[in-house]
Amino acid sequence: MSRIGALFRVPKISYRVWKVWMRNKDVFMKTYKTNFLPSLLEPILYLVALGFGLGGFVDAIDGKPYIQFIAPALVAVSMMFSAYYECTFASFVRMYFQKTFDAIIATPITIEEVITGEILWGATKSLINSSIVLGVITVFGVPATPLLLLIPPLAFLVGLLFASIAMCFTALVPNIDSFSYPNFLFITPMFLLSGTFFPLTQMPQILQTAAQLLLPLSNAVAVTRALALSNIQPSIFLNLAWILIVTPVLFILAINLMKKRLIK
Amino acid sequence: MEREVLVKAENLSKKFGDLVAVDSINFEILKGESFGFLGPNGAGKTTIMRMIQNVSPLTSGKLTLAGMDVTERNREIKALIGVAPQDDNLDPDFTVFQNLTVYARYYDIPKEKAKAKAEELLKFMQLEKKRDTIITTLSGGMRRRLILARALMNEPQILILDEPTTGLDPQARHLIWTKIRNLQKQKVTVILTTHYMDEAAQLCDRIMIMDYGKIIEKGKPADMVKKHVGEEVLEVLFSEEAMTCLKQNFPDARIDVVGDKIQVFAHKPRGVLAKVLEEASFKGALIRNSNLEDVFLKLAGRSLRNGR
Repeated sequence: MSRIGALFRVPKISYRVWKVWMRNKDVFMKTYKTNFLPSLLEPILYLVALGFGLGGFVDAIDGKPYIQFIAPALVAVSMMFSAYYECTFASFVRMYFQKTFDAIIATPITIEEVITGEILWGATKSLINSSIVLGVITVFGVPATPLLLLIPPLAFLVGLLFASIAMCFTALVPNIDSFSYPNFLFITPMFLLSGTFFPLTQMPQILQTAAQLLLPLSNAVAVTRALALSNIQPSIFLNLAWILIVTPVLFILAINLMKKRLIK
Repeated sequence: MEREVLVKAENLSKKFGDLVAVDSINFEILKGESFGFLGPNGAGKTTIMRMIQNVSPLTSGKLTLAGMDVTERNREIKALIGVAPQDDNLDPDFTVFQNLTVYARYYDIPKEKAKAKAEELLKFMQLEKKRDTIITTLSGGMRRRLILARALMNEPQILILDEPTTGLDPQARHLIWTKIRNLQKQKVTVILTTHYMDEAAQLCDRIMIMDYGKIIEKGKPADMVKKHVGEEVLEVLFSEEAMTCLKQNFPDARIDVVGDKIQVFAHKPRGVLAKVLEEASFKGALIRNSNLEDVFLKLAGRSLRNGR
């Protein structure tokens, strides 16, 4: 098989992926109180500073106050950051410094299952953290409607997407400091330019299209905002389709890249 | 009685790019024996361990464990093996006890059984007082014992020990050796790599000396000593006169100069060396039993290895 083909080979995995997931869950539960604090405080800071502070100078967007415009975006941002950091820095520490992956693959668990378990855990972190943020934004005036219940499952899916992206970077970086490249070249611009703090329609058409096609977060923000504000437009099905198509491709790529890095 | 072959390598090779780490080697390890791989750094020992434990694919050749081909029966083979790796990869996020129970989960061992087994192994390894300690506070010797305990969680048929006592103090080494000997009595097949010749002589039924990816000698430690260096070695402080005198007395012997010492490997029956010593008077003369280290240095040479 060609080299490129090998990177997209569908891995064989079994129920054992959950054993890897459980290892990470067990560690998380040991320190869950300190784990919850940042995800609780960060959105509050953004909502107060940008929602109340900056929002006083901003007109209503689509008939909603500014704070209601940014609040759902903060939920989507938290999906991105939790999965991304879990499968970059945290996974890298487990892989490189703690040699946890080496220890696990000496047992009947395969490297493909280890990486899948890590990605599933990254998606779980996305679900947990964004659910906390979701709770916070309802306190700040986003109406609690039944559609909000669709956001946690969405968070798991978006988490899978960002965990897979993160795992590709983890497979490629030579050392832990090198994560600053994807952080500053990819994650930070995406954080600012994905329709998070202003509508994408404010940008020139070509940038709008580029954002929709190239920035995963813009799709996540669009779907989350539609659900949070009960404003379902046909276009969100395109956003959802984008996520559903890109996620499995990157997921498989991440596993094969990691396999290439670790199996020598 | 014919013993069952547990591990069999046929023309086993491993290349990393242009570097040949293991060069078409053949060996058999029998059930219940303790088999040691010896060699300088970069000889290919760890690479062979990694192929046996099925985490590194073969470049060519064939490797079977308990009759199963490693390229096909990955999971079944890994279930039979316990590994104590060279690198400390204990899980720093867990306590001593959890390190064992979390590991048991990877083997699908039921929870209650895993707990009982973990308690039993902590006792066996004399770690029961450290049961609930976070592992970052353990000493080097305790960490090694915990790694060994972890390797035993799945009651393996084959135990792989990659440099089990490197970096430990003598007390810790001897404790680990005692534990390994206990396991040998229980008929566990032990495969180990080591730099320490005394360790190999103490623990191994058979050894294989490797260099540059090839086997340079294999056999029982005692036979190997006898064959290559004789039973006794004469050591004398270096001087020109001593050298001349020794060469006259032992025309067929191998005479090495190591630092400020002359070593004479005479392959003579016991007592012959002592007689020579009585007649001539050498400075700093000493007769000692030859050992595996002498064999190793003879076969692998004295030059330092780096970067291989």
